[in-house]
Amino acid sequence: MRFSAFILILLLYLLVGTASAQGEVTADDVNAIAKQLFCPVCENEPLDQCGTKACQDWRAEIRLQLEQGATEQEIKDNFQRRYGDRVLAEPPREGINWILWLLPVALVLFGGIWFARYLRQLQAGKSDPAPVVSSASGNPTAPPPQDDYVARIEDELRDNE
Amino acid sequence: MLADIGYASLVTALIASVFAAFASWYGARTGNHRWVESARNAIAITFPLILVACLTMIVSLVRNDFSLEYVASVTSLDMPTYLKVTALWGGQKGSLLFWNLLLSLFTAAAMQRKWREDRELMPYALLVASFTQIFFLIITIFFENPFTRLPVVPLDGRGLNPLLRHPGMIIHPPMLYLGFVGFTIPYVFAMAALMSGHLDDAWIRTTRRWTLVAWLFLSLGLILGGRWAYDVLGWGGYWGWDPVENASLMPWLAGTAFLHSVMIQEKRGMFKLWNMVLIVITFLLVISGTFIVRSGVISSVHSFAQSAIGPLFFGFLVIMLVFSVYWIIRRHDALSAENRLNSFLSRESAFLANNFLIIAILAAVFIGTYFPIMSEMFGDKVVVGPPYYEKVTGPLFALLVLLMGIAPLTMWFRTNGMKMLRAMAWPAVGALIPIVIMIVVGLGSPGTWLGLWIATFAGILTVREYLKGTWARMRSKHENPFRALYSLVARNRRRYGGYLIHLGVVAMAFGIIGIEFFQQETQLLMQTGQTVDLGRYTLLFNGVDRFAGRDDLIITEATMDVYIGDRLVKTINPRTELYTRTGQPMTIPDLRSTPLEDFYVLLVAWEPQLADQATVRIYLNPLVNWVWAGGIIFIFGTLIAAWPDRADEKAIAASRARQRVAVATD
Repeated sequence: MRFSAFILILLLYLLVGTASAQGEVTADDVNAIAKQLFCPVCENEPLDQCGTKACQDWRAEIRLQLEQGATEQEIKDNFQRRYGDRVLAEPPREGINWILWLLPVALVLFGGIWFARYLRQLQAGKSDPAPVVSSASGNPTAPPPQDDYVARIEDELRDNE
Repeated sequence: MLADIGYASLVTALIASVFAAFASWYGARTGNHRWVESARNAIAITFPLILVACLTMIVSLVRNDFSLEYVASVTSLDMPTYLKVTALWGGQKGSLLFWNLLLSLFTAAAMQRKWREDRELMPYALLVASFTQIFFLIITIFFENPFTRLPVVPLDGRGLNPLLRHPGMIIHPPMLYLGFVGFTIPYVFAMAALMSGHLDDAWIRTTRRWTLVAWLFLSLGLILGGRWAYDVLGWGGYWGWDPVENASLMPWLAGTAFLHSVMIQEKRGMFKLWNMVLIVITFLLVISGTFIVRSGVISSVHSFAQSAIGPLFFGFLVIMLVFSVYWIIRRHDALSAENRLNSFLSRESAFLANNFLIIAILAAVFIGTYFPIMSEMFGDKVVVGPPYYEKVTGPLFALLVLLMGIAPLTMWFRTNGMKMLRAMAWPAVGALIPIVIMIVVGLGSPGTWLGLWIATFAGILTVREYLKGTWARMRSKHENPFRALYSLVARNRRRYGGYLIHLGVVAMAFGIIGIEFFQQETQLLMQTGQTVDLGRYTLLFNGVDRFAGRDDLIITEATMDVYIGDRLVKTINPRTELYTRTGQPMTIPDLRSTPLEDFYVLLVAWEPQLADQATVRIYLNPLVNWVWAGGIIFIFGTLIAAWPDRADEKAIAASRARQRVAVATD
């Protein structure tokens, strides 16, 4: 296994090495860029997978631009300029799109703070007599299945011993 | 004629549902139980009525009754019978009819099962359930009527979408629907508890059971969907973060969060409000998921069926949201915690952390799914593709797997931190082994090493839970290891079934790391006799062949030999299928599959005139089979945890009886 993985890496290097040495544009080079683009006509399909005629033409165009010496970023910019933001698999981080990136971060952050405060609050209140009415029995202090409950906890402790 | 019977029984089902809603409402208001029983009977009869409608539709499909628009749109004369039957859910209208059937089945079953025990909840449960049924019946009867006739009867139908003519597609949608529809029942009982004010343990037990059932089907649906994508969609993967996939993932996530946090409520009487909120969120995600899939609001590769029912679904969503929020606020006081948290380091806070992570993942998926619609309203539409989801949810999933491993070490109330650290010490070291191997071999990056460490660590800790329990039983009961393991699981099915689910997740994590980080691919134009190397494999291309297949198919098939070194390991035939009637092409991969990796080959393009060359795309997908194996373990674990337990039922019945006595003597 180790040996074969080693061979695998070697082969990969050879493959990449020869391709760039010859300066020839391979289908893999095209796919590497097409993968980061979405088909402008058929929605929600990455350009490297789409089988339509239009997408074949677009891939041919990527190849052409690569042969003319364009960089990956230039080609992506070119597509974005012509077809709008919707061709990018990952929305550009600008303007309103920041919502997409910042909202989860903000949620995690605020959620985390709220979560910590909630835990602390719960913990701080443990000395209070629980001011809660158990709706089932109307008994304000002790939940009814207390015995059951202690037994279960003991079980739990034993299990984790 | 037959179609008229079907339509008439649908209308009758609607009338029965409306009556059930009215009778349950009136019965609850007046306290007259006879009205409630009448409502139940009305609900019970909707199932056979909708079944009749479905059966007439199936008969029409099988008998090629192309006078019906739906039949003509999803079948054709040359389709085999089993596909004609499954064409019931092959299009929009049929799917909605099928949805109605499952909803009425679930409702009828739920009302029969706990009729006596949950007497106080039933009027309200009936009310909410019949309201939901009414909504879906109205959609079917007035907007998406599958029994609509065509003015001119065509000679042949259009046939089923080729993507759906796959065994995976025959069971995948029903499983998803069962999962989706199943989540209605927990919601119905949660709302019934709120409306009736009986917020004791009864509703949570009933709800947990039904949630587990729905969750099982949804998990199955997700796994089967992934497998179907891998086998049929021809892009080397199983999950594309497509909006429609996300639509089914989101309720699953919310349901997963609920199944964990509900344990805090059962053990400690805490987080009642939160659990209620989770149930409501799950249901609303089911409805909005259906809305996404059915309305075509986000067009995607999965939206085979679209129509203008968007506003109706949106309206229903808003009504249910307002209704749920109103009742939660109104019963806010009764949902406060009976107990306090004792320690940061406890089982309770571990479950809370789990909920926090799952909700964060859910939020990211939600934003990613709905952002394109929002952006369209404000201007340029953007696409949110896999890179976004992978970046945002990847780290969260990793944390979740880590927590999954550690959490079983915590205890209720409080946990001894030192003890816990000691328990984690050697698994933490042991989990370094795969990383050392990877480094020696020269594979991976720090990120993937961390991921592998987390998955291995969680795996060891989970396996140890089994070993610990088995060992304890072997010592105390002097049982042999197998007997001890069996009785351990049999006596604590929820816990050890749950841990089996965790093991399934660990296996899937390995598979996902393998395919996400170590996938290799190449594409090239091959001539007959040419070879190409990828990984340790060599592929020899032997030309393409073209012939007519079943139905209206034209198949172009390549013959290729897969070698490892000089040894021929398999001959494979990737092919493209062209359905001439619809002109739709399909790319069917062929692969050599081993537990270690899949060598997956696609025939991407070829020239019709040339039999000796074709463009081939090859993927090497390491560990992808671990995803499927993990899925099977996962489902097996869920079955163990969810299987009805007679002893448990008796205990519940007994505790109910005690409660009733207690209430009576108060």
